[in-house]
Amino acid sequence: MKRDFTIPGMTVALLMLLAGYLVLPGWAINMVALSLATGLVVLGLMVQMRAGLVSFGQALYYGIGAYAAAMSYTFMGISDIFLLAIIGVAASGAIAFVLGFLMSRYRAIFFAMLSMALSMILFGLLVNSAELGSTDGFSVGRPSYFTYQPGSGKRLTFELYGLICLFSFLCAFAAHRYLSSTMGYIGEAIRENEVRVEYLGISVRRAIHIKYMLAAMLSGLGGVLTALLIGHVTPEDFVYWTKSGEFVFVAILSGTGSVAAPFVGALIFELVRTYALQYAPDFWQMLLGGTLLLVILFLPGGLWSIFRLRKERS
Amino acid sequence: MAAVLATENLNKRFGAVVAADDVSVTVEVGERLGVIGANGAGKTTFVNMVTGYLKPDTGTIRHDGRDITGLEPRHVTRLGIHRSFQIPQIFPELSVLDNMMIALGIAVSAKPNGWRPLYHAGMVASAEEALTRFSIDEYRDQMVGKLPQGVRKLLDIAMAMAGDTSLLLLDEPTSGVSADEKGAMMDTIMAALEGEGMTLFFVEHDMEVVERYAQRVLAFYDGRVIADGPPDTVLADADVRTYVVGPELHRRR
Repeated sequence: MKRDFTIPGMTVALLMLLAGYLVLPGWAINMVALSLATGLVVLGLMVQMRAGLVSFGQALYYGIGAYAAAMSYTFMGISDIFLLAIIGVAASGAIAFVLGFLMSRYRAIFFAMLSMALSMILFGLLVNSAELGSTDGFSVGRPSYFTYQPGSGKRLTFELYGLICLFSFLCAFAAHRYLSSTMGYIGEAIRENEVRVEYLGISVRRAIHIKYMLAAMLSGLGGVLTALLIGHVTPEDFVYWTKSGEFVFVAILSGTGSVAAPFVGALIFELVRTYALQYAPDFWQMLLGGTLLLVILFLPGGLWSIFRLRKERS
Repeated sequence: MAAVLATENLNKRFGAVVAADDVSVTVEVGERLGVIGANGAGKTTFVNMVTGYLKPDTGTIRHDGRDITGLEPRHVTRLGIHRSFQIPQIFPELSVLDNMMIALGIAVSAKPNGWRPLYHAGMVASAEEALTRFSIDEYRDQMVGKLPQGVRKLLDIAMAMAGDTSLLLLDEPTSGVSADEKGAMMDTIMAALEGEGMTLFFVEHDMEVVERYAQRVLAFYDGRVIADGPPDTVLADADVRTYVVGPELHRRR
């Protein structure tokens, strides 16, 4: 049988990331943490892409997670990171449960566009209502950890960084287990032939509904963590369609080959964007576009396919 | 014991076309039943109605005495009524083994144990055993979309048989396969069914295949069953010779 190094590999990566806090400069730590949070959202996209569905509105759930956390913080004074994470994930999951009845009927471009339309409805709602923060959004204070509240100083404490690493690891682990299971493989089967899946005794719509909810919950968690990391949520940064496009960008960059790919892809995306912004502030978008073009032309399976190509060659 | 399949007065129309006209058929457990008829005679419509793909306009379908009329395909499947397709319904971008693994995985573990890794030793062994039974084990790691039609047909049937099958409906199992290979293919299918205790219902255009492998033959014409009995009786029937066998043979030559 195929040897699978995903879990040991990710465990080593987790330990290295945690150790990295001591070695790496502050900006790098920040970038890693942000990439991991983005990676969670893209992991959700990947779960759907395995079933042949590309959501062009995943920022909907990223935003719902972030706003649920920010508003719980602002209006209810909840600062516990675990509680905020649960609230964000639950809110995303609940809304995905309802919208899933609609979304599971659509495929291909219709799925992509409908998901985008739904995210833009939320955007419109947020921008136009003062109660929901309008264009200014909400500030989010520092999180506490059960009863422990880290002292003042920089925002990205070891506690927050460590938890983001740990959450990412746990989600990737769970996603890996899920995708290796029969339920996970059903995604690929649906992408290939829905008729056969129905005739094997599975409801395609229910399977897609479940995947849609899982993706939403992962994205919601990504939103909560990013909100805590940045300290401020706005419709522009969390819900606007360009954010969804960014997630799709990273997903294509990463490929669907492994649950680790979205995190690596997100980090590369952040690096390219940061350096492009720094050294070519006038045409950084062009550099990003060029990167995507190169990936699509030479690595249609995403960056992760480099590993597979090497394996096939040896 | 109730019949494995009993239909009463099934009717189905597509606009002006009558695809099923008062079709009443009873199939007993363990029968090997061949179905013949020209194109458009209602054979596939019948299979589609039994497996839930189409709902009959009127009439009832019973399985082991239970009314299954109008159930969705997945519910019919869960009752042990499995089917293959004229055009194989498989997962073209996946390997033969992956195809079989998914079919077995769903049949065996989707409900109670869906979180267990699909690729575990026992499941791989069962999948390989199924592929061997259908003589397609040599293609194990090849991508399905690129394989010859005969192999894809056999894989389609092997996947249809994953899980407990009480009634297996094959829609033209040998269509698209060269005349020389039809016999070998049916032999493979029959050998794989051996000892499974399942009832077989197969739609077939090739009269030689029907004569050799069916114990009982149903002849469809214009949505009606015009003859039902042992192969030699049905194939000798005057109506069958006029409406089914004749044109068939004529067209082939």
